[in-house]
Amino acid sequence: MAHPTTPEPLPEDLAGPGVDAGTRTGDHPREAAGEFMAVQASGEFQELRRTHRSFVFPMAVAFLVWYFAYVLLADYAHDFMSIKLAGNINVGLVLGLLQFVSTFGITAAYVHFSNKKLDPKATALRERLEATVDQGDLK
Amino acid sequence: MTVLATTAAVPLAAAAESTSVGNPFVNIGIFALFVGVTLVVVLRASKNNKTAADYYAGGRSFTGTQNGTAIAGDYLSAASFLGICGAIAINGYDGFLYSIGFLVAWLVALLLVAEMLRNTGKFTMADVLSFRLKQRPIRIAAAITTLAVCLFYLLAQMAGAGALVSLLLGIDGRLGQSLVITVVGALMIVYVLVGGMKGTTWVQIIKACLLIAGAFIMTIWVLSMYGFNLSSLLGDAVATAGNPALLDPGLAYGKTETSKLDFISLALALVLGTAALPHVLMRFYTVPTAKEARKSVVWAIWLIGAFYLFTLVLGYGAGALIGPERIANAPGGVNSAAPLLAFELGGPILLGVISAVAFATILAVVAGLTITAAASFAHDIYANVVAKGRTTPAQEMKVARRTVVVIGILAILGGIGAQGQNVAFLVALAFAVAASANLPTIVYSLYWKRFSTQGAVWSMYGGLATAIVLIAFSPVVSGTEKSMITGADFAIFPLSNPGIISIPLAFLLGWLGTVLSKSKEDPAKQAEMEVRSLTGVGAEKAVEH
Repeated sequence: MAHPTTPEPLPEDLAGPGVDAGTRTGDHPREAAGEFMAVQASGEFQELRRTHRSFVFPMAVAFLVWYFAYVLLADYAHDFMSIKLAGNINVGLVLGLLQFVSTFGITAAYVHFSNKKLDPKATALRERLEATVDQGDLK
Repeated sequence: MTVLATTAAVPLAAAAESTSVGNPFVNIGIFALFVGVTLVVVLRASKNNKTAADYYAGGRSFTGTQNGTAIAGDYLSAASFLGICGAIAINGYDGFLYSIGFLVAWLVALLLVAEMLRNTGKFTMADVLSFRLKQRPIRIAAAITTLAVCLFYLLAQMAGAGALVSLLLGIDGRLGQSLVITVVGALMIVYVLVGGMKGTTWVQIIKACLLIAGAFIMTIWVLSMYGFNLSSLLGDAVATAGNPALLDPGLAYGKTETSKLDFISLALALVLGTAALPHVLMRFYTVPTAKEARKSVVWAIWLIGAFYLFTLVLGYGAGALIGPERIANAPGGVNSAAPLLAFELGGPILLGVISAVAFATILAVVAGLTITAAASFAHDIYANVVAKGRTTPAQEMKVARRTVVVIGILAILGGIGAQGQNVAFLVALAFAVAASANLPTIVYSLYWKRFSTQGAVWSMYGGLATAIVLIAFSPVVSGTEKSMITGADFAIFPLSNPGIISIPLAFLLGWLGTVLSKSKEDPAKQAEMEVRSLTGVGAEKAVEH
């Protein structure tokens, strides 16, 4: 995609539009690209981006920390994990099953969050963009 | 699986009595029926394969639920069914890590990757990775990593097929199993050539339903034998094995400090591998919108999670009703725990059904992997790099079909080489390769504005090479009696999973390559990618027929 604005000529990309026609959806001219930069800088998009990241990043950190805490316990705290709680059910098994519970929980929370907070913002922005940018540029 | 090997030190007498299980004719009859039905479905579904979008992405016409079921079908491979059941039956609690890691990993895909990928790409992982970076180097690198991951994954499936059928038919010899693997490979080539993505998606859906239903019935059956009391099932597993440590962590990985590190390495590879598996990523393109992509992942998480809960019961059930020693000595070894359990519960009929389901599982997963590898080669290397875009969709699909044949042959050869290894363990290696070669670049290109072509290339090649070299010099390949090459010992790397080294290194290389790169990437492309990934503007729509 050799854009005239590209800071450095890209020899690999000499073949202009159509070369990778099968690879991406928008072989659009520069105006559309400028449009995207304007949208990216807009407050509305920044807000959408912030909303998205403010949920997925902390959540990703949280489940990874919890998962590795479990792994380290299973690896180095054998005595603790082997404590029997009820019959033959020990701490390790319960913590393992709790990993299932947390995974299901986070999944449900994300769906709820996306439907409530993300989708309305994303849809509004998409519809406005599709109205301003010529459809021919996008498809 | 060097650790598993130690449990196999049992007299061979036990092997003789369990060599042939069930009636080979019943087994083969049920199996042939199943294969026949799925082939008919493939043929019917493939009538609409007109465009490249049809062939690779199933016309983007699947619903989220259908696609989620297909994702579960893709994901619940021989590793999940045969491998995990065997690992839990023999290694007890340490085998459970596979279930947990394979499931939790889906959160990475759900939260960070699936929807944004759907919004920015078209057919393959490389579409996304090369969106705002230089086309040629990125496409070549992404296609190479895709091929490598798919091949590792295929080896594992082939090893599983060999184990399963050797048990089913009572074929114990290496030659017989090799022949079986060759037949599976040939069937798979036919599936993919004829069906394309639409056909394989339907196969995945049918197979996922059968597999989950089969596992569910067996789970209920096992539990009912213990009055639906998990604790007494566990107690019986301990009694049969004569080893109370079966319920505690550390049986397989707790022996030395090195094996403990290996456990962490495995855990890391499992949780970070899923979102970087090319054949799973490609599934996000078979739905019409990002919202449907999200729905598919959510549905897949429920199905996969439920299935892994079943594996816990099935694994300990096999341990309780059959016992680790008999499993280890049966034809197919550790991978035969689930079919042996089916025979123990429901005799030859249930064994035949469950084996057919497991076999179809392997066939379907292999088909999904092969089509991903073929799409990647035809689309990323041939169409965009070799032919520089001067090609027709018909020509591209011709290349894809030829690639299918080549991949099929390589998979058969690899499968013959990997016989006898635990399938879950082999798949974990594919996860490690995927997480090292692909994940850093996927995450960086979606979330890091400054990320550059040089960073991507360093990360992909560096991660891929490190992972493969470490595996080559690990105990998996040489040095122990269970290694692929038994006669030599060049295992200078002590861990059997390379993830703990190669994954952080790949992330580091991606960062280093970027901060050291002199040229800046096009900010307009970055803006476009970010806007598209979050809003879905201009994303590919469903193909209408």
